[in-house]
Amino acid sequence: MIEDYKTDTCTVEELIASHPYVREFFAMNNLPMENGYRTIASYFATLPYTLLEDLGTQPPVLLGRFHAFMREMANIRERQGVDIKSLTIRGGRDKRGNVEDIELRIGLGDLVSIVGPTGSGKSRLLADIEWMAQRDTPTGRQILVDDEIPPASWRFSSDHKLVAQLSQNMNFVMDVSVAEFLVLHAQSRMIDHYDQKIAEIIRAANGLSGEAFELDAPLTSLSGGQARALMVADTAFLSVSPIVLIDEIENAGINRTKALALLSGQNKMVLIATHDPLLALSAPKRIVVCNGGIMAVLDTSDEERQCLRQLQAMDDIQTVYRDTLRSGDSLRMCRDRACGGFHI
Amino acid sequence: MKLITVSGPPSSGKTSVIVHLIADLRHRASRCAVVKFDCLATDDDALYASHGIDVRIGLSGNLCPDHFFVSNIDDCFAWGRRYGYDILFSESAGLCNRCSPHIEGCTALCVIDNLMGAGAPRKIGPMLKTADIVVVTKGDVVSQAEREIFAFKIRQANPSCLILHINGLSGQGSAYLSEVLLRTGDMQTLQGKELRASLPSALCSYCLGETRIGKEKQKGNVRRMELD
Repeated sequence: MIEDYKTDTCTVEELIASHPYVREFFAMNNLPMENGYRTIASYFATLPYTLLEDLGTQPPVLLGRFHAFMREMANIRERQGVDIKSLTIRGGRDKRGNVEDIELRIGLGDLVSIVGPTGSGKSRLLADIEWMAQRDTPTGRQILVDDEIPPASWRFSSDHKLVAQLSQNMNFVMDVSVAEFLVLHAQSRMIDHYDQKIAEIIRAANGLSGEAFELDAPLTSLSGGQARALMVADTAFLSVSPIVLIDEIENAGINRTKALALLSGQNKMVLIATHDPLLALSAPKRIVVCNGGIMAVLDTSDEERQCLRQLQAMDDIQTVYRDTLRSGDSLRMCRDRACGGFHI
Repeated sequence: MKLITVSGPPSSGKTSVIVHLIADLRHRASRCAVVKFDCLATDDDALYASHGIDVRIGLSGNLCPDHFFVSNIDDCFAWGRRYGYDILFSESAGLCNRCSPHIEGCTALCVIDNLMGAGAPRKIGPMLKTADIVVVTKGDVVSQAEREIFAFKIRQANPSCLILHINGLSGQGSAYLSEVLLRTGDMQTLQGKELRASLPSALCSYCLGETRIGKEKQKGNVRRMELD
């Protein structure tokens, strides 16, 4: 479809009409649109000398860049997501040089938590996965994709987005509205019809944060909770990456268990480093990290699942108390000792 | 010897990236040095020296930084060869965004950071658009989606470059870039080589020291804004 443009017969305007994103090439290179009635070849050949001087370039260079642009945009449209089924973590060594005797396979839709004291190496493990370590990081771990060593181009070029990341330190920095941001993100994936997707993301985000925001809100004005909720919803619905790495979102002010369910429900592999017992137990499997190494991989037991229910109840109480206080109401203690003094 | 031209807006992480790269390259037994171009002053000589990296400083003072760069880079290249370096990095700031130090036949790097916003790739001229490799830094502080949007905008501005994310603090990502650089070709001399983009022209009375404002003071290559 893309190869059908002929530089000596197709005009710039015709090409933009059939491929609207081509406009971006001219905007990006500060090229004027007045001569868009010319064929592509003659458009470049007749660019004014002063403009070329401003740009510091020559018509053949621009034409070459134009062809590369058309090629790359077609590539991005075709490359919709990396189709992988599993990820395998092969152990390396801890900080003392002790061998990590481990081989952990994670599949699509799996949710795995990573626990351990501060400085124990949780983030390092996430970094090894993000980096698709091949025994070339300080831990000596190896990450396999579909039981094989991933190609170098997957590891390093940012065109193959295997991994999406979400951490406490990440902020929105763009000076655009929420709607403009989501459109930009959809366009960066060459998605043509994104209205429904955007509505879906807003609905999900507002469901996570509890404090609704509008589409025309400036992206940078969102509260911490709203921003985190939008990041989660955007990752769930607009990211092509099959692997999601989360580093400590416990203080984010969003419904954490719902956020995890949303991500793993989109058939992604989710790994979350956390100090929060609620999040740790929400995952069926957890990796225990100590002194830079993986100490154990544990399955959440039935007993722990009961503990999780208790934790969930406590979390619900917290939420009610928080909302009550936030809305200006007062709390009352319950006289009935059977409920432990909590009053909901 | 290889010459790698490293450009990028101020504070984008050029120096950090080069320091990490050289640490990796040393592991591979490459001898590296840096020529840092700046305008008025720099502390980077001390910074490079603290990492045991041999560095030379060029301050352009009241000359156009890029004209200063071109008039000196072949001497720098010859200096690097004389001292037996395998790889020489030139670092320059690209202050007006129209500047570009990139040379045909030398690997060209542009370092920009995720905090610059989606409009940045459009605003940056040849130093981004003619680079072979665009290094993106500060990815750890912005959202995943913004990283993806930013990379897409870079791809639109420079469709044929390699885009790499490098963490300037931890150096994550620099090991691969050092491998890529090692695979590039060596050069004997810069004599007769060409810049990838012409330099900004500057030939008006103000180039010659004029400070007074007014039409009658403006001589030479002067261009006026159209305001109405």
